[in-house]
Amino acid sequence: MQFIKTIAVSAALAATAGFAHADETLDAVKEKGFVQCGVSQGLPGFSNPDDQGNWTGLDVDFCRAMAAAVFNDADAVKFTPLSAKVRFTALTSGEIDVLSRNTTWTMSRDSDFGEFVGVNYYDGQGFMVPKSLGVSSAMELDGAAVCTNTGTTTELNVADFFRANKMNYTVVAFEKADEVVAAYDAGRCDVYTTDRSGLAAQRTKLSAPDDHVVLPEIISKEPLGPLVRHGDNQWGDIARWTLNCMINAEEMGVTSANAADMASSANPGIKRLMGTEGDLGGKIGLGNDFCANIIASVGNYGESYDRNVGPDTPLKLDRGVNALWSQGGILYAAPQR
Amino acid sequence: MANNNSSSAASAAPKASFWRDPDKRAIIYQVAVVAVLAWFVYAIINNTATNMEQRGLASGFGFLSTSAGFGIISTPFVEYSEESSYFTVFLVGLVNTIIMAFIGCVLALILGFIVGIARLSSNWLVKKIATFYIELFRNVPLLLQILFWYSAVLKPLPGPRELHEAGEKVFFSINNRGLIFAEPVGQPGFENVWYAFFAAIIVTWVIKKWAAIRQMKTGQQFPVFLTGLVLIIGAPLVTYLVMGRPLNFEPAEMSRFSLRGGVTVIPEFVALLLALVVYTASFIAEIVRAGIQAVSHGQTEAASALGIKPTHRMRLVVVPQAMRVIVPPLTSQFLNLTKNSSLATAIAYPDLFSVFAGTTLNQTGQAVEIMAMTLAVYLTLSLLTSGFMNWYNSRIKLVER
Repeated sequence: MQFIKTIAVSAALAATAGFAHADETLDAVKEKGFVQCGVSQGLPGFSNPDDQGNWTGLDVDFCRAMAAAVFNDADAVKFTPLSAKVRFTALTSGEIDVLSRNTTWTMSRDSDFGEFVGVNYYDGQGFMVPKSLGVSSAMELDGAAVCTNTGTTTELNVADFFRANKMNYTVVAFEKADEVVAAYDAGRCDVYTTDRSGLAAQRTKLSAPDDHVVLPEIISKEPLGPLVRHGDNQWGDIARWTLNCMINAEEMGVTSANAADMASSANPGIKRLMGTEGDLGGKIGLGNDFCANIIASVGNYGESYDRNVGPDTPLKLDRGVNALWSQGGILYAAPQR
Repeated sequence: MANNNSSSAASAAPKASFWRDPDKRAIIYQVAVVAVLAWFVYAIINNTATNMEQRGLASGFGFLSTSAGFGIISTPFVEYSEESSYFTVFLVGLVNTIIMAFIGCVLALILGFIVGIARLSSNWLVKKIATFYIELFRNVPLLLQILFWYSAVLKPLPGPRELHEAGEKVFFSINNRGLIFAEPVGQPGFENVWYAFFAAIIVTWVIKKWAAIRQMKTGQQFPVFLTGLVLIIGAPLVTYLVMGRPLNFEPAEMSRFSLRGGVTVIPEFVALLLALVVYTASFIAEIVRAGIQAVSHGQTEAASALGIKPTHRMRLVVVPQAMRVIVPPLTSQFLNLTKNSSLATAIAYPDLFSVFAGTTLNQTGQAVEIMAMTLAVYLTLSLLTSGFMNWYNSRIKLVER
C-alpha cells in the first residue's frame, strides 16, 4: 500500500509541475474568471488597501481596467501584494498575469523579466530629509546615511549618484517600504530616497510629515509602468491598449460620466474608441466595446490620476510631466485606429 | 513492511516460486522505489529546465563576475565597493552570516547554561526569574522579537549630531548609527604581542597536561585555570608595555552628518544578535535543565558523601554526565540559530539571504542558480556544525570499562 501511495503521490506532483503554454494567457484568464494582478504591499496613491481590504490607486486602476476590458467587470480582479524583491519572480513564474506595481522601465528589466507595455507615471528619484538637518541640496549630502528599498533601481541610482559626485554614504536597505519609513522616522538615516511620487506617498505615514522636506534634485528618470510576461503578444497588446485607451479617452474628453452619451457621438475617432465603428477590439481577442467598458467603470487616465494622486489627495501631486502632450506634459498615446 | 503476511507461507514451502520469495520480492520493491525516486528527481530537473527555456530565462553562473553597483552597509573582512562583482556580494553575505551564527551560538550557549542552572537553583527568586525568562522568550515569535529589539535599540538612542560637533575627534560613541570606537592600528613591533599571546596558550596547554599527570601520580592539585588566565592575559600585556605600546587608536571624526572612520558595529547587528541569543538561549536553558535532571540524584549524594565541594560536585560529577543528554538537542539549537539568522532581511542586516538571495536575485533574476548556491551554503554550515557536535559528542560519551 505504502509503495502504491508513493507512486501515486509522485505522479500527481509531476503532473501538476507542468503549466499552460505561454501564448494562452487570455484563455487561462477567461477560464479562471479574473485577472491576477501584482501590486505593491501598500503605497498610498498607487496601490494601497483600505481597512476593509479594498485596493485603490493608480496602479490598481490599471488592473481594474484590464478586468473591465476582458470581462466587462472591473471587479473581476484579484491582487497579489508583492515586495520589490519578489515581483519579477512572481511574474515570470506565472503566479500573476500582469505586474502593475510602480515598476521602473529599464532595458535590462525589459529584456530579462518581461515586456513593459507603456508608462502610467513619469517619475524621477528624489531625496527627503528632515528640515532640522539644514540641507537644501543633494550635493551637500556627503557622509550621510541613506535609507532605501532593496532590489530597486533606487538602490542602484543612489550608489551611482554618490559615486559620480565623489561623496561618501552609507546605505541602509530594507525589504519593505514600511520598514524604510519606520527606520527613517526613528533617525536611523539622514536621508530617505525613492521615486518622488513615492516620497510624497510615504511622507503621509511619517509621525510629523511637515518636518521633512523633499530636495530639488531629481537624480534619475523613472518611467513607471505595467509589464506582462514575454512570449504572449496578444496579452501584451491587451495590456498596452488598455493603458492607451485610458489616455486617449482623456484626450478626446470621454469620461466615465459621459461615456454612455459619447457612444452615439458623430466623431469617427470617438466612435472607434467606443467600438461603435471598426473592429479594433476583435483584433486583440476582446469585444469591440472593451475601451467603452474601461471608461464606463474605471474612467479615463485623468480621472484616475485626480482620484488617486492628484492635488486633492493627500499626495498633492501636480500633473507636471504627466499631463497630456497637448497640455504641456509628455503623455502621448498611439492612436486607436 | 510488505512481506509480513506472506513470510510464514514462504518459509514453509521447500522451494518458493520467484514471486513468493520474500527476499526477492523485497529486492524488487526496493529497486522499484529507487527507480521511481530517480524518475521523480529527473522530472523535476527536466521540468525546471524546460520551463526556464520556454520563459526565456538565461541560466549559468556568468552573472557572478559582473559588477554589482549597489552599496552594502557592513562588509567586515571583505574588500567591497560598488564596482565589486556579485561573487564578492556572495562573500560579504557569507561572512556576515558566519559571524552572526558563530557569535550567536557561543553567547546563546553561555546564557542558556546560566539560565538552565539558575532554573534548578534552590534560591526561590533566582528560580522564578529563570522560569519567567524561559516562558516569555520561547513563546514569542522570533521575527517579532527581532523587530522589537531593533526598535528598542534604535529608538532611545540619540543621533550622532546631537552628541558631537562637526570636526570633533571621537574615541567612543553609542548612537543610533551604531557602536563606534577608535580603530586600533598595530605599529611595527605589535606582532610580538600576538606571538606572546599564542606562546601563552601553548604554555597553558602544556601546564594543563603536566598538572593532570602530577595529580594522577601524587594526588596534588595545581591551579591550572588561574595560572592560565594570568599567562594568557599577562604575557601579551607585558610584551605590549615592553615594546613601548606599539598600538595607535585612530579616532572617528564627526562630519556634517555622521562619524567617519573608526570601527562601527551597526545597530542591525546588535538587534539581530540580541534577538537570536535571547530566543535560542531560552530553549538551550530547558535542554540544560533536562540534562542535569537526567543525572540520577544518587550521583549528587554520592559526591557529597565523598566530601566533594558543591561547586566541584556540579562541574566534575553532574555536568559531565549531563552533557551526554544535552549535546544532541543542543546541536539542533545551533542549527536553528544559524538558519534563523536569515530573518536578518527584516531589519537590513546584510546577511547572505538578504544581500545575495535578496538584492542580487532581484537585480539579476538568476533565481535557480542563486537559490541553489544559498541552499548549498546553509547546508554546508549545518553539516559542519553537526559534524563538529557529533565529534564532540563521541568524545564525551560515557566510557565504560
